Amino acid sequence: MAEPQPPEHRRSREEILSAIRSHQPPGTELPTLEHQWITYVDRPAQFAKVLTEIGGQWVRVPDAAAAHSALGEIPAYREAKQIISRVLGIGNSNVDLTNISDPHALEPIDFAVLSGEFGVAENAAIWVTDRNLPLRALYFIVQHLALVLPAGEIVDNMHQAYERLKFNRAEFGAFIAGPSKTADIEQSLVIGAHGSRSLTVFCVG
Amino acid sequence: MNHATLAAEFVRNRPRAHWHDTALWFVRAKRDKAVHSLPEWETLRETASAIKLHTISHLAEYLEQFERQATALGATVHWACDAAEHNQIVLDILRQHGVKKLVKSKSMLTEECHLNPYLERHGIEVTDTDLGERIVQLDRKPPSHIVMPAIHMKKEEIGELFHKHLQSAAGATDPQYLAEVARQHLRHKFMEADAGLTGVNFAVAETGGFVVCTNEGNADLGVSLPKLHIACMGIEKLIPRAKDLGVFLRLLARSATGQPITAYSSHFHGPRLGGELHIVIVDNGRSQLLASGEFRGSLKCIRCGACMNTCPVYRRSGGHSYENTVPGPIGSILAPARDPQHYYSLPYACSLCGSCTDVCPVKIDIHHQLLTWRRELAVHGHLPWTKRFSMKLASIVLRTTWLYGLMGNMGRWALRNFPRWLVYNRLNAWGRQRELPPAPRRSFRQLYQEHYGRTTTAGTSPQPGGNSVGDSQSSTSRH
Ligand code: SF4
Repeated sequence: MAEPQPPEHRRSREEILSAIRSHQPPGTELPTLEHQWITYVDRPAQFAKVLTEIGGQWVRVPDAAAAHSALGEIPAYREAKQIISRVLGIGNSNVDLTNISDPHALEPIDFAVLSGEFGVAENAAIWVTDRNLPLRALYFIVQHLALVLPAGEIVDNMHQAYERLKFNRAEFGAFIAGPSKTADIEQSLVIGAHGSRSLTVFCVG
Repeated sequence: MNHATLAAEFVRNRPRAHWHDTALWFVRAKRDKAVHSLPEWETLRETASAIKLHTISHLAEYLEQFERQATALGATVHWACDAAEHNQIVLDILRQHGVKKLVKSKSMLTEECHLNPYLERHGIEVTDTDLGERIVQLDRKPPSHIVMPAIHMKKEEIGELFHKHLQSAAGATDPQYLAEVARQHLRHKFMEADAGLTGVNFAVAETGGFVVCTNEGNADLGVSLPKLHIACMGIEKLIPRAKDLGVFLRLLARSATGQPITAYSSHFHGPRLGGELHIVIVDNGRSQLLASGEFRGSLKCIRCGACMNTCPVYRRSGGHSYENTVPGPIGSILAPARDPQHYYSLPYACSLCGSCTDVCPVKIDIHHQLLTWRRELAVHGHLPWTKRFSMKLASIVLRTTWLYGLMGNMGRWALRNFPRWLVYNRLNAWGRQRELPPAPRRSFRQLYQEHYGRTTTAGTSPQPGGNSVGDSQSSTSRH
C-alpha cells in the first residue's frame, strides 16, 4: 500500500476512485496483441536506413577491434578531451567513473561509448538501461554518444521488443533513437537540442 | 470566449494565416508518409482503441494496481481531485526539499492546472525546458499546440525574444544558431535545478512504471541530475500491460510528427539510487467525462496532436483562438465538458469534415462528438441569444409555407436592389467572409411549376414548397 499521506489527500484518493467506480462503463475485453506485425528480410539494413533518416550514423563492423579503429576516424571523437567508454576494447577512456557519484560532474564529458542491449529495425531505437551504469545521466549529458549494438540483437518491431523486456525491479530504461533534436523553430530540424549532438551506432558482427 | 471573434483576429493577417496553415499541413503530410510505411496501421489503431476502452472500463482497479506497483518500486503516489490540489501537492513536495529552482519538461497537465504561475507566486523559479515551451514561456504566452508549442511564431520573433532574454546576437534568425543559444542557456538551468518535473505519456498498471517521450532529451536531463523527480499524470494516462506500450509507441510519434519513434522514450520504474520519485495522479474533471456515454471516448486521447495538424479550422485560426490548453478538435470536446458556458463556441469551430476522426490513432469519433456537443449546448441553453433567436425565427419561417415564400421573394428582391452596405453589414454574419451569390429572379418553386407544374396530371398538387423547405433546412440550420 501507499505511504501514509496527509489525510486530506487520502480523502481525495477515495473520492476519485469512487467517482470513477460510479461512472465506470460496462467492461470490455482487453485485446491480445497477436498479429502478423511487420518483419524485415534484412533487419540490420532496415535499422541502418531508418537510423540515417533520423540523423544517426551507422557503422557496421565485424568485431570490437574494427569498431575501435572506426571510432578513431570520427572527428568528434578525435577532438574529444574527456572520454568515457564502458565497452571493452572500444575507445580510450580517460575519465574514471568510479570516482564520480554526482551526475553533475559528467557535464564536461565530450564523448561516451556505451552498450545497447538490443535494437528495433522498425524505428532504429536501441534499448539502454542503468543496470550497470549507476549514473544514467551519462546517456543524455554527453556531447556525443556512441552505442554498440550486436548485429544479432536486432528485432523487427516494438512488439518483439516488449516481449524481451521485463520490468520487475526499480530500474531506468530507455529507447534511444538517433541524436537529440528539435524542430521547434519554424519546423526546421536542428540536431543536438539538449542531449547528444550525434549518435553513432556501431553494429558489431 | 468566442472562437470566431478570436479567430478573426488571427485571419486578419492573411500571409501569416497562410504560413501557419502550410506549416501544419507539412506535418500532416509527414504523418501520412510514416503511416503508409506500416501495412498494419489500421490494426494498430483498432488495438489501441480497444486497449483504451478496456482500461476506461476498469480504470479504478488499474489505478489501484498502478499505485500498488509504483509504491513497491519505491515511488510515492499522491492523488489530486482538481488543479488546486495538484498545485498544492507539488508545492508541498518542493518545500519539503527546499527547492528553489525547478526544471520542467513539457506537460500539458501542469499547463491545464496553471502550475507555473502558482509556483512562481510562491517564490520558486520554474523553467520549461522543451525548446518550444521555453520560447512561449519567455514570450509569456500559453502554448498554441500540444506537440509544437511555438508553431505560431516566426523565427524573426524568436530571434528577437532570445536577443532580449538570452543575449543572442541582434537580428539573428538562423534556427541552428538560435537552438544552440537555447541549448547553452538550458544546460545551465539543468545544472542548477534542485528538482525536475515531467508529465507522463503512459503509465503502466502492471509494472507501476511510466513512460515519457521527448525528442530533445529534456525530460531525462531534467530528472537525472537532481535527486527529486515529480511526475504528474491525468487518470486517463493508464494502460494495463507493459507490452501495450508496443502499440502506443508505434502510434504516437508517427501520428504526432511523422517520426518512427521519438528520440527518447524513457521508462521510469521507481526513483533513481539515492533519489526520490513522486507521482501525482490528477482527476480535474476527467471522472466526470467518464459519466457521459457520448464523450467518454475522448478519454482515449494520447495527445498526439494529429487532429490539430489536419483540422482546416485549427490551421487557419491558430491555437490561441481556442483559449484552452488543448486546442483544436479534441480540445473542443474537452473544454466544454469542463465549462460549457465559457466554451460553448468551440464545437462550432468545426466544419464537420471528419479529417480529425480519420487521423486519430485511437479512433476517437471526434467530429461526431462535436456534433453531439452542438445539440447538448442548444438543449441546455448555452447558446447566446443571437443564435437562439435566429434559430427560433428560422424554425418559424421554415415551418410556415406562405411565410417562407414571402421571405424568399423579399430576400431575392432585396439582394438585387439594396445597396451593398445594407446587405453586407454587421447583421449579416453570412456575408462577412464571403460574397453571396447573385439572387435569381424566380424561386425554385416558381421554376418547378413552370417546368413541371402544368404537365402533371390535373388534380395532383405538386409539393415543391414542401421539398424546398426540406432542402433549405439543411443549409439554413448551419447558421
Ligand atoms: S484526439 Fe486523437 S488525434 Fe487528437 S490528439 Fe488525441 S489521440 Fe491525437
